[in-house]
Amino acid sequence: MIDSLVLAILAPLLGAVAVTLLPSQAPRLGLAAAVLAAAAGLSVTAGVWTNGVLRSELGGWGVPLAIALQADGLSAALLGMSSLVALSVSLYAVGYFKPSADGEPTADDATARHFWPLWLLLWSALNALFLAGDLFNLYVTLELLGLSAAALGALTGSREAVEANLRYLLVGLLGSLIYLLGVALIYTAYGVLDIGLLAEIVTPGPVAATAMALMLGGLMLKAALFPLHFWLPPAHANAPAPVSAALSALVVKAAFYLVLRLWLDLFGPITPLSAANLLGVLGAAAILWGSWRALRAERLKLLAAYSTVAQMGYLFIGFPLIAAAAPGPARDNLIAAVVLLALTHGFAKAGLFLAAGMVKKTAGHDRIDDLGGAAQALPAATFTIGLAGVALIGLPPSGTFVAKWIMLEQSLIMGHWWWVPVIMLGTLLAIGYVFRVLSRAFNREPTPYRFVSDARAEVPALLLGALAAGVLGLAAQPLWTLLLHGVIG
Amino acid sequence: MIATQLLYVGCGILLLILGLWSFLVHPPLLRKLIAINVMGAGVFHILVAIAYRGIDTPPDPVPHALVLTGIVVAVSATALALAFGQRLDRDDDR
Amino acid sequence: MSLDTLLPIAIVSSSLIPGLLIFLLKEESHRLRTLLNMSGALVKLALVVWLILGVYRGQVFESRWTLAPGLELVLSADALSVLFVALSTLLWVVTTVYAIGYLEGEPNRSRFFGFFSICVSATVGIALSGNLLTFVIFYEILTLATYPLVAHRGTPDAARGAKVYLAYTMSGGAVLLIGAIWLQSLVGPVTFTQGGILADAPEALRPSLIVIFFVLLAGLGVKAALVPFHGWLPQAMVAPAPVSALLHAVAVVKAGAFGIIRVVYDVYGVEFAHANGLLFAVGILASITILYGSVKALTQDSLKKRLAYSTVSQVSYIALGASIFGPIATIGGVVHLVHQGVMKITLFFCAGNYAETLGIHKVSEMDGVGRRMPWTSLAFTLGALGMIGVPPVAGFISKWYLGLGAAGSGANWVLLILVLSSLLNAAYFLPILFRAWFRPEPRSWPNEHVRSGRFETSGALLWPPVITAGLALAAGVFASAPFTPLEWAALIAEREYGR
Repeated sequence: MIDSLVLAILAPLLGAVAVTLLPSQAPRLGLAAAVLAAAAGLSVTAGVWTNGVLRSELGGWGVPLAIALQADGLSAALLGMSSLVALSVSLYAVGYFKPSADGEPTADDATARHFWPLWLLLWSALNALFLAGDLFNLYVTLELLGLSAAALGALTGSREAVEANLRYLLVGLLGSLIYLLGVALIYTAYGVLDIGLLAEIVTPGPVAATAMALMLGGLMLKAALFPLHFWLPPAHANAPAPVSAALSALVVKAAFYLVLRLWLDLFGPITPLSAANLLGVLGAAAILWGSWRALRAERLKLLAAYSTVAQMGYLFIGFPLIAAAAPGPARDNLIAAVVLLALTHGFAKAGLFLAAGMVKKTAGHDRIDDLGGAAQALPAATFTIGLAGVALIGLPPSGTFVAKWIMLEQSLIMGHWWWVPVIMLGTLLAIGYVFRVLSRAFNREPTPYRFVSDARAEVPALLLGALAAGVLGLAAQPLWTLLLHGVIG
Repeated sequence: MIATQLLYVGCGILLLILGLWSFLVHPPLLRKLIAINVMGAGVFHILVAIAYRGIDTPPDPVPHALVLTGIVVAVSATALALAFGQRLDRDDDR
Repeated sequence: MSLDTLLPIAIVSSSLIPGLLIFLLKEESHRLRTLLNMSGALVKLALVVWLILGVYRGQVFESRWTLAPGLELVLSADALSVLFVALSTLLWVVTTVYAIGYLEGEPNRSRFFGFFSICVSATVGIALSGNLLTFVIFYEILTLATYPLVAHRGTPDAARGAKVYLAYTMSGGAVLLIGAIWLQSLVGPVTFTQGGILADAPEALRPSLIVIFFVLLAGLGVKAALVPFHGWLPQAMVAPAPVSALLHAVAVVKAGAFGIIRVVYDVYGVEFAHANGLLFAVGILASITILYGSVKALTQDSLKKRLAYSTVSQVSYIALGASIFGPIATIGGVVHLVHQGVMKITLFFCAGNYAETLGIHKVSEMDGVGRRMPWTSLAFTLGALGMIGVPPVAGFISKWYLGLGAAGSGANWVLLILVLSSLLNAAYFLPILFRAWFRPEPRSWPNEHVRSGRFETSGALLWPPVITAGLALAAGVFASAPFTPLEWAALIAEREYGR
């Protein structure tokens, strides 16, 4: 019997090989691989839920030489989210990259042919990243993820897309090298790379501090934390819709996951509060700047991309709060809140980009001021934008609402009241940019005939939106149970 | 031979700084690409130096593995970046 | 799970589920949509009757659901929630009938009725909220669900009105959220409890608690349209008439007023609020709003705007009742929650009928309308007289208890406010009645549509105001019969003051 951890990585990888060999069958094979990969990912989540932390070693050498895979509550939570998002993206992509009706090969066909292998490769790298247990594997998966993401982002081949993704590629490369330097330093000092082993021997001091600064600095570039976010909006806004969804919902989230993992497992206990505060201040700046730019954006996809910059900011506000909280339920709640925020944003932003893609296809453009007709003609897509908007703003019953409530309450309990105006101001700005779009849907265009017009594209997006805006908020409790395995408690 | 090891590490750091500086300062794509490769070479130098465990002991394989992977990644990234650059040039010619 | 724990959830879902299904319907499935609407409304009504009987007997209905550690969603039914649930459910049935008639042949009805149903679910959720967190959740959902209704028409005016509405209510929601979280950070989860939960709060927290009270009041004051947070209400008048009826009588404004009652009685406790001068502050704010709204109403020629300012004024009677220390005034305030709803919805239905049937939007166009549309005008007259406080219509009962309570607790200045405001009410309603009944009919109406051969307008538009006007009259005439709003309000006051 094959280990579900291995399968979660192998299924999309083999899928990528298969679609490369048989490009004519790409959508069918790709979808099959997607279903298999999502099932494997979700079975890991279920496995952690029932059995606790899962571990498996490839190659049979044992720590520290083998490639160790490990899934604790945090990996399982993100893996579950990314499995669902990636499955929805795959379903949506089948319709989005439809071959032209008359059989003539077009530029779109080339895009479609290149999409599947790269996308499955990205998925494989993503799952491997969530499951990697040592710093070296994390480096490799991070690189694979960055490369495939940049290639996917430039799929349309338009000048803006290629330029944006070239910048993304170079920035990502720079980030990875800086991270690698930090890894080298750690290895020099402690001689191991396994996170679990390191956690036992790492001690505060200049070496650990420098290594942390290098590793986190590199990852901040990849997570697009303000002011290192400059590459994100053009790269995410110019990609094809399913790719934008994956980039914004999953790829930046992977970098954040790494920061959180390193913080919780390695550096948190040995870091001064000032470092956490710095992350928080940058997060606050990201919230305000990102939201403001989203409010001013002329195009829907650019708005969504800037909103990602802002939402990443909320995640980083978690660090000073987690660092200041005494170990116990308060700290555990904060950690869970940050994870909940990341998961909700993943679902919401994916849904938003998929819906935006629908609207853009119908209207032929995505200029917000002229979207009225398309928005009203596509009730399901507009409804999805609304649901995603609810989650981005943090209105109940979204997961964001629960997470923000916990963060605000803990800020006030600890007397760190200055985070409250930041979070609330970000919320108000989000109301502004979400309703700027939604208000276009109410106009005097003819009544749409039916709610869902293209089920294969609209239903996945709608479900993602509903997960973010309703399910995650009303059923957040299981996340705590999941995180009890190796993360909190 | 600590001195050799230090020399290697020093060279690595020097290359790293040169590469980083060049990457940040020079806008043309090719220069940026070369710069980042120089920077990568710097990091690899440092890793190779770490691996050294004295003349009689075989070097530590882990940093070597890191370097090998790093090189593969750097090559693929450079190739992809060049492809992007070519694409942009072709657009300019049209 | 027993039935007692399921009932509150069932009451909320009975409109939520049909609402969500309606979204999916094709635009032209009129029958199925009407069937879903009406069955939801009637099922809810039946469940609420069950709830009323149970709560009267002292049965406890409570549903709990943990969102996250320390954050619990609680739906429970006490006497006060039952009053609000009953009001909104009953008026929803009527409004649904009215809306089906009103929107006949108009576009985007699936969208409209979908949000309409969610709106009522949120209101019932507010009514049944057992703690402050749950209240905040449904309060925000209500904002979300009403925005599409206000924007429904899609005209530039509607877009502007909806934007103003959104800006006010979302800011109010944010303020309420801060207040709620701040309070919870000091005293832990805030469960609504008769007599309040702060009686034993440490002395050191008192200044913060007082500040939080005003934060909460500001957040709730936006929806309750307390001056200076009332600006959205006249702007939101661009919405279709059934929506206005819903905003003014059933859902939004009432949610704010209901929240104020909850915070005063069941969070702070009337004793604590009285001892710290909070009641007096609420009283002043309510009095200013009452007078301001009435004065503004005097000068409006647009009928719906006049009614809107009248709402600003009338809803603050509820807050006024809560601000006077003593059970009699509490009865007056709480019963007005129902009385104002029934009377105001009548007035809005009638205004909608005038607009839809004859094209009348302004007071100055209403000459002789009483002869052309006698039933509608009779209903309007009953509603208006009730608002003024003429016996035996329901509004008289509210004002009587408010006055009696004020005099009993030595707040004589409140009597002055009541007299002044009644005079102002008369000054802006009586001219309308005079025009309608005693001026001659004009040669032609602004924009006449014949909607029915048998009646003055179509049945779906005519019966709702006639029924609600009848209810307003009945609530006054039979005020002391069992299960009337008055008797129920007395039950609430008795439980709040623990006597």
